[in-house]
Amino acid sequence: MIGKYRILLPVLSLAVLLAAVFYLQPRAMSYFGLNLLFNLAVPIALATIAQMMIIMVNDIDLSIGTFVSFVACVTATFVNETPLLGAAILLASIMVYAAMGALIHARQLPAIVVTLGMSFVWAGLAVLLLPSPGGASPGWIRTLMTVKPPFVPMAVVACVLIAGFTHILIMRSATGTLLRAVGGNTQAVVRAGWSVIKLKAGAYALAGFFGVLSGMCLVGLTTSADANIALRYTLLSIAGVILGGGEFVGGKVSPVGAVIGALTLSLAGSFLSFMRLSPDWQIGAQGAILILVLAVRLIFARNGSRWKEAKNG
Amino acid sequence: MQLATTAGSSPPAIPLVALLDARMAFGAVRALDGVSLTISPGECVGLIGHNGAGKSTAVNVINGGLTPTGGSVQYTLADGSKGNGAAVARACGIRSVFQELSLCPNLTIEETIRVPHRDLKGFGWRKTARKRIAKALDQVFPGHGIEPGMIVGDLSIAERQMVEIAAGFAEGSIPARLVILDEPTSSLDAAVARQLLDHVRKFCASGGAVIFISHMLGEVFDVATRIDVMKDGKIIDSRPTSDFTQQGLIDAMGHVASTKAEARSQTSREDRIGEEVLNTPEGLSARRGEIVGLAGLAGHGQAEALARYFVSRSAGIHHTKTPEVAFVAGDRGRDGIMPLWSILQNLTLTHLPSLLRRGLVDQKAEDTLAQDWKQKIGIRTENMNNPILSLSGGNQQKVLFARSLASSAPIVVMDDPMRGVDVGTKQEAYDMIRREAEAGRTFLWYSTETDEVVQCDRAFVFRNGQISAELIGEDITEENILAASFEMHEEAS
Repeated sequence: MIGKYRILLPVLSLAVLLAAVFYLQPRAMSYFGLNLLFNLAVPIALATIAQMMIIMVNDIDLSIGTFVSFVACVTATFVNETPLLGAAILLASIMVYAAMGALIHARQLPAIVVTLGMSFVWAGLAVLLLPSPGGASPGWIRTLMTVKPPFVPMAVVACVLIAGFTHILIMRSATGTLLRAVGGNTQAVVRAGWSVIKLKAGAYALAGFFGVLSGMCLVGLTTSADANIALRYTLLSIAGVILGGGEFVGGKVSPVGAVIGALTLSLAGSFLSFMRLSPDWQIGAQGAILILVLAVRLIFARNGSRWKEAKNG
Repeated sequence: MQLATTAGSSPPAIPLVALLDARMAFGAVRALDGVSLTISPGECVGLIGHNGAGKSTAVNVINGGLTPTGGSVQYTLADGSKGNGAAVARACGIRSVFQELSLCPNLTIEETIRVPHRDLKGFGWRKTARKRIAKALDQVFPGHGIEPGMIVGDLSIAERQMVEIAAGFAEGSIPARLVILDEPTSSLDAAVARQLLDHVRKFCASGGAVIFISHMLGEVFDVATRIDVMKDGKIIDSRPTSDFTQQGLIDAMGHVASTKAEARSQTSREDRIGEEVLNTPEGLSARRGEIVGLAGLAGHGQAEALARYFVSRSAGIHHTKTPEVAFVAGDRGRDGIMPLWSILQNLTLTHLPSLLRRGLVDQKAEDTLAQDWKQKIGIRTENMNNPILSLSGGNQQKVLFARSLASSAPIVVMDDPMRGVDVGTKQEAYDMIRREAEAGRTFLWYSTETDEVVQCDRAFVFRNGQISAELIGEDITEENILAASFEMHEEAS
């Protein structure tokens, strides 16, 4: 029962933050304002989903930030100039993610170490591609990211689509359930005769896929790329998953929550700007908001388990 | 031709599973030592035996989880063809129900069925899953009150166990033909357990087969058509249930331990044992200089009782300076050694506070302490600075003994410390424990081996997390321990 209310807290924190922003800056309550507020949240939401795929199988990905940067550099150069080669590179990078997952499981390596190592590889490749900021966004991505649907801005539509699609993929489909089972009780999955190495590779490949989408969206928004463009995504994505009701171990994740978590985090930045807080203090203040929300969640969780104990006697 | 006619006249004669001289060795340990058994449709086999008799290994060989190192396992599929291996075992309809092992706490009940039922996929798989598990629950446990949409982690232990069992009997693309139930009733109350037994009988009557493992002998007698008794990796007795009596079973499981008299300390008990130093709310008690054994089947709360006692006495800052209790780990990898440290560092770990000089570790004193204990208990190494993993399991355990015994703690708690230790080292450790007890130390000793428990001055036998018997001195015999470990009668009937 408690699991079903897992989604309430992220929704609540987003609503509170949004109300605060509207109170401080009523003009944000418009089509244009909302688009501005949530524009940059789309790539963050995609990176958070990528991170969630890894956390779902009890691992963690410290390379997602540099990976998204790398994808952004590929998109701004190869995908723009030689689309076929660009697509091949992106496909290969997804395969590298899958191989990483297989390796981590086969050799029982700590994911934290392998992904940290890979983060330097991606960062190096990104610098090789674009030593200085530059490149250009392919026209079609630019068009896609600046499309103006009626009534609701693109950023909101995109987030709803991402949340809906990944919810079906992870929470509803039979394969997604099996992937979550790997996080919940790997032993049971092995006993039933499934190949955990394939499942883990699949989860990592999904992470790579959403990482690629994140990088491409980012270039569509910024029109050019830089090797360090998305470094902060690593921590933002982890925070987003946890903020959205996910847990580091046990396969307890929520795609809808993860998207909401990403939105909350990017909104926190805008909120602090509206408060005219000096940029020097903003990162610290963002951290404080994160701690606050997580503290509230801990209290909820504790009361929840007490209630459960009482019920079970 | 002749075979065909006999098979035609009596179809149940074709066994589902046939083990022929199956052997399984883990390193030097022989877990299965030539087991031959067959299980035919309609049979309910009660498999009983004491700790380490090889029950779980046998079960894992039967369900294809382990490939035996010798002998053969053959399955007969529904269409009459034969084969071996884990995939064939699944295709044959062999399902295992272990205690709480096959459920995923983060999933709902219907989702968790997806893991063993490989055919659930595509559109509407959820609906099929819900139907299957709901139907099975209704069949096995009428009036259960469990909804398939509940999350497994939110269920009580008994409810989880019920789901686990129902999943074993649930229909699927491959119908269940042999269900292995390992201690299925351990967390169920009597009424629910009876529902299960009724269902097992019904299942067998309709041509299914069941392997039933339980420490409740009453249940085994109630449901089994045949009882196989295991000991030391062998099946030592296999007869129809009606040929056994409960006492006969207990006798079959044990072997007469006549050597215990000489094993016990020669000093008279009265001289050695002093006043009571320990008394826990759950009924454990010990006196000065006494060796107290905790016995019973593995996993019935002995380790937890020790841990609870140890934690309650070792909290606080004072503990490091003048410890009341010292702990000897049995699961060395988990709560014993620091794998990357040297032997010396592992040995002196808990004594560092007493080895301090101006806030730093006095290396000379540390060396002396280590050399001292190396002599005393004979750790076989050239250099105490070698890594701990260069030692054999037995010598690693000696280091852990030294770590605890070097402290001034009057009480030593031991959590099955002889696990995976060779016979020679065991003897040395027994001598050491006896010497220390004569010097006035009290030992709380959890052991899964009866030979060790019979050396104690007093033994508490655990069953279902509670003390079921207290045996003193000459009363500590294998028969008494076994009788207290297994439930003789169905309670609350």
